[in-house]
Amino acid sequence: MKFVRRFLNRLLNLMTGQRAQDERLREEIESHIALQTDENIRAGLSSVEARRQAILKFGGREAIKEDYRAERGLLFIENSLRDVRIALRMLRKTPGFTIAAVLTLAMAIGANAVVFSVLNGLILRPLNVPHAESLYLFERASDKDTSQSYPDYLDLRDRNHSFDGLAAYTITQVAMNTGAGSSLIWGMESSCNYFDALRIQPYLGRFFNLSDDHGPNSAPYIVLSYAYWHSHFHDDLSVVGRTLQLNKHPFTIIGVAPPQFRGTVVFVSPNFFVPMVNHEQVAGTNDLNDRASRWVFMVVGHLKTGVTPAEATADLNSIGSYLEKTYPKDERQAGFSLARPNLLGDQIAPGVQAFIAGLMLLAGLILLAACANLGSLFAARAADRSRELALRLALGASRTRILRGLFTESLLISLVGGALGLWAGVLFLGWLSEWQPFGNFPMHTPVNPDASVYGLALLLSLVSGFLFGAVPVKLVLRTDPYQVIKGGSSAGVGRRRQFSPRWRWPRSIRRSPTSRFLRSPPTFMSVRGMPFDITDLMTSAPNMRS
Amino acid sequence: MVFKTLDVLGSLHGYGIARRIEQISGDLLAVNQGTLYPVLLRLEQEGAIASEWGASENNRRARFYRLTREGRKQLQIETQDWEQTAAIIGRFFEAKAEDLS
Repeated sequence: MKFVRRFLNRLLNLMTGQRAQDERLREEIESHIALQTDENIRAGLSSVEARRQAILKFGGREAIKEDYRAERGLLFIENSLRDVRIALRMLRKTPGFTIAAVLTLAMAIGANAVVFSVLNGLILRPLNVPHAESLYLFERASDKDTSQSYPDYLDLRDRNHSFDGLAAYTITQVAMNTGAGSSLIWGMESSCNYFDALRIQPYLGRFFNLSDDHGPNSAPYIVLSYAYWHSHFHDDLSVVGRTLQLNKHPFTIIGVAPPQFRGTVVFVSPNFFVPMVNHEQVAGTNDLNDRASRWVFMVVGHLKTGVTPAEATADLNSIGSYLEKTYPKDERQAGFSLARPNLLGDQIAPGVQAFIAGLMLLAGLILLAACANLGSLFAARAADRSRELALRLALGASRTRILRGLFTESLLISLVGGALGLWAGVLFLGWLSEWQPFGNFPMHTPVNPDASVYGLALLLSLVSGFLFGAVPVKLVLRTDPYQVIKGGSSAGVGRRRQFSPRWRWPRSIRRSPTSRFLRSPPTFMSVRGMPFDITDLMTSAPNMRS
Repeated sequence: MVFKTLDVLGSLHGYGIARRIEQISGDLLAVNQGTLYPVLLRLEQEGAIASEWGASENNRRARFYRLTREGRKQLQIETQDWEQTAAIIGRFFEAKAEDLS
């Protein structure tokens, strides 16, 4: 509470009226010294001596002002803002260096962001359905094949005790005629309980469900995807109830799926959903009840709460052995296993995962290489500025403060580079997710960046900033201002060194680092018989903090 | 010390506080008086004291500090803390070898 109040006060002070606060302290000091002087005069001192004693007693005024300011504001933030301003100025001075560094990092971080988005979209992120964590895909244990026959699906659905309803679906292409000529479009044949099993709510109208299922070709209904409804029916709300023709069979539009629902197959965004029982009309083949024909692409289901995948697999395998026994002609090796539904199951997922992991590694290496490059660039830059650094050290800047300045520069570069890279990456990903390489096949690559991608880009920027900013640290820590300034590598100051003064500093001052700075431009002090002007020296003497 | 001074004397300016601390300590604590001001500012930011401009006894403009309710509470807590600490240390000095046997 106390801390919070103090913090808010300081933040407020930071933003408002610094000068008024300085003025307040000045007045207080004046008043304090005046009071003490009065007291001293009462004690019998002369007015001059009284004031002198009062000032002495008060102590180092500048040091106290410093303390006061440190108490008042948030020194860290003030200094950081100042660092940023200085860093911006320094970077603007060397635009070539800045642009090269920013572009290098933009490319490296952009590449990382893109690869990570693909990894994130295809592998890490679950399907965009409610409770995706309990959704499992069925595979044949022997060959990781996901396809089943429709009668098998019915047996699995009705005989298992582990799942809250099983949804079956397959990708199909039909000739759709909405009255203005027919065209081939891709969509999904799904079991009647598809939307119920996946817990999806309609955007418009209703979805088909198990009560619509009265045997083959009994449910001539069609649900449109939001994207297709938007692009081909122009968001027409009266579309529900209208009839269209699929392969010249009439189907009634009963609803529209919600916008974020793009089916349950990665890479595919179906344009419509029709009940699987009308398979004969939609696909033109009569194998709905053929147990040997495995045309159903996938079967998925939500595990019941409390059931583990292992228990569910055992449950499915008991159904499998029942199938093997009952239909020995059609069923061999009817063992099942479960897989994550994101990436078409275990048949292709491991390969894709390995490929993307390899890409990620490569992108990481690129970033590391970029950091190494920039690190040496920064070290060279710091070496070029060794005279500036030495001068600041000689004037009393702490090494920490100088390092902070350098790190601010490197972090600025890495953050700007990261932002630029991310921006380019997002553009590329936007294009990639809309990529339609196969004619009218509704390809959908769910690689749009989400918060984790932005987070990663920020993290990478910060890490790489510190990484290449750390390269010149050793150089700064080793810098001996005495040696550097004596060495006089810079042309401008080198010329001055040729001017050899006839006078010499007293030994003690000659030794102090500050003198190396004072010595080069002799115009700093007026030389009048004395080796140097003592009063000037007094004013520039550092305050000894008590 | 600042709290106690303000508690005893009520509203007081910075110089007065510094003098008072010196007097009470019998001039044993004669630090730079200026170092008082950062402390006062800190306490004010914490809400333990409040300040306003006023006129001193010999008609000089000065900033007067006074204890707030919060400050009084804090004084109470710190008094207790100190008494406890002093009592514990005191017991160590009073303890003799035969007490332990």
